[in-house]
Amino acid sequence: MTDMTVNAPAGSAPSARMPLTRRLRFGRSASGVGDAGWGRTIGATIVSLIYFFPVFWIILTAFKTYEDALAVPAKFFFTPTLENFAQVFSRAYSAGGPVQNTGFALYFFNSLFISGVSVLLALAIGTLAAFGFSRYPLKGNDTYLFMILTTRMLPAIVVIIPIFIMFRVTGLAGTYLGIIALYTVFNLPFAIWMMKSFFDELSPDVEDAARIDGSSDVRVFFKICLPQVLAGLAATAVFGLILTWNEFLFALLLSGVETRTVPVAMSQTIGGDIGVRWGLLAAIETLFLIPVIVVTFALQSQLLRGVTFGTIKR
Amino acid sequence: MSTIELRGVTKHFGGFTAVKNVNLAVSAGEVVCLLGPSGCGKTTTLRIIAGLERASAGDVVIAGKRMNDLRPDQRDIAMVFQFYALYPALTVRDNIMFPLHVEGLDAQTNAERVARVARMLQLEPVLDRLPNHISEGEKQRVAVARAVVRDPNCFLFDEPLSRLDVELRQTMRGQIKSVLTGLSKATVIVTHDQLEALTMADRIAIMRDGVIEQIASPHEVFARPTTLFVASFIGTPQMNLLTAQFDGVEGTHGRFTVDGQPIRLAVDPAVKRLAKGQVTIGIRPRAFIPEGAGSADTIAGRAELIEPMGAETLIHARTPLGSDLRVVVPREIKVKSGDALSLRTDARETHVFDGSGKAVRT
Repeated sequence: MTDMTVNAPAGSAPSARMPLTRRLRFGRSASGVGDAGWGRTIGATIVSLIYFFPVFWIILTAFKTYEDALAVPAKFFFTPTLENFAQVFSRAYSAGGPVQNTGFALYFFNSLFISGVSVLLALAIGTLAAFGFSRYPLKGNDTYLFMILTTRMLPAIVVIIPIFIMFRVTGLAGTYLGIIALYTVFNLPFAIWMMKSFFDELSPDVEDAARIDGSSDVRVFFKICLPQVLAGLAATAVFGLILTWNEFLFALLLSGVETRTVPVAMSQTIGGDIGVRWGLLAAIETLFLIPVIVVTFALQSQLLRGVTFGTIKR
Repeated sequence: MSTIELRGVTKHFGGFTAVKNVNLAVSAGEVVCLLGPSGCGKTTTLRIIAGLERASAGDVVIAGKRMNDLRPDQRDIAMVFQFYALYPALTVRDNIMFPLHVEGLDAQTNAERVARVARMLQLEPVLDRLPNHISEGEKQRVAVARAVVRDPNCFLFDEPLSRLDVELRQTMRGQIKSVLTGLSKATVIVTHDQLEALTMADRIAIMRDGVIEQIASPHEVFARPTTLFVASFIGTPQMNLLTAQFDGVEGTHGRFTVDGQPIRLAVDPAVKRLAKGQVTIGIRPRAFIPEGAGSADTIAGRAELIEPMGAETLIHARTPLGSDLRVVVPREIKVKSGDALSLRTDARETHVFDGSGKAVRT
């Protein structure tokens, strides 16, 4: 089947006889247009461009001078400059003042480190917990699962005060440990529910077969179950990463100077004696987008299976 | 020694008893089929042997060792699942190799073993494919290959052929049989298909409602069913079961009243000991001998529907009082719908079951 996908001529007409599942797989063939046909492809392209326009505008602005960024009517054609990108990391805070390090290198590291570690932790703990909930149900299993879900039902703003006090008392405020732990807890309910749904779909016979073939529970988990839920891991990781990467409120209140993340630092860049520097903000934002795009792109083949999981019955 | 023994095995699921006091001994090299309708407890019995279910009572003894408390991975058995249960993320080669890790052999030996079973089951061309990319028949062979690659205590098969089409089923039946013959292990095959059981088994255990009704050779269960259920379950077309009044024995013949019609049928000598009363007479469709109309000691009927089956013809007939009869005759005998039939039977082919459904037989 895979061979056929590759060999299919670009733009070949869809086959009506082909079963649905196959057509879906072919939809992502190398040609891109494949089974969807030109009409739908053009339609999808237009919709995508509308959605992409704000991102495009941010990237464009990042290359504009202060004057170009504020020009009315908006400029699509201008002489690009890398000045904004340079200023992300070091600039003078007042006109004619000394050029200083802005600390953004650290903030980018913080964002990467905090998001990365908390997502990996949530994935590891969540996957194990999900496997437990799925395969070794406790008395009142559903109640526990519901309780886990309730932690995500309250808006962040409601719980921020108690959490702030907890962090104060325990001395976690401003530490990597504190913010990583918080984000991990944030991502866990989603990771558990998502991964549980993936584990629930696996055939129990396959695991029984592995046990009969002499595997311990640990080996069954790592060798048999885990490779079957890679799509789920990818989808969970991307969702968790986006959530954590963009998180602002908790980061604002609970991170210290040393552990500040990019969204917080970005908000503090707004203002200054010459007004909002849109070009500079756009440059930060552009750099900020890169890691999420890279990760999503790297995992995209798994992601499509992950997000459509359960909606298409095989 | 490769043997399996079940002693008084019982399994409850909540208030439901799936398996009731099952005793079964499978000797080395013997193939026993658990045969029965769905829900009769045959798969549960197999899973208890495998250790995937715990018996509520009784003992599971494999290779002379009591295994009740051992996990499946400690029992050293191989099992083929109904839905094959291939490992989706592993190639066919890795699937077959998977069970070998317990033996702790070097890579070279493992590869040789895989190559050997792959050759035996004609899987060489698909060794590097994933299970989702091979045909149903190939999946089935991979499942068998994975089971026989190792040298386990015994083999268990759960409905191994149920997902194959008729033609493939015939081929695989022969293939599995020949593979098993070469291995001389105790083997249990679960199936609901009597043809599969009759052709593959050395002995057949027929189960109903969690109870083994009869364990015997394929010939024996067909020729001498011990209960009404076995009689009705084994054989196609189904055995004719006629409710009758038993009126005593005259020499080698029993006197019965069927549908108000008195008849004499050649019967087993043990029928002498039977008290007069309600019985069931079982006659296989092929055991009837059509005679001239009005002959003595025959059952009268009228042909209603004729189904040519090639070598033979199946006649659906009805007695004067409305009991249905299935009669199979050689194709040379021409019968038309509406013809009157007079059917004689053979003593060896007439089964009498007492009021409790037990066969009356010497």
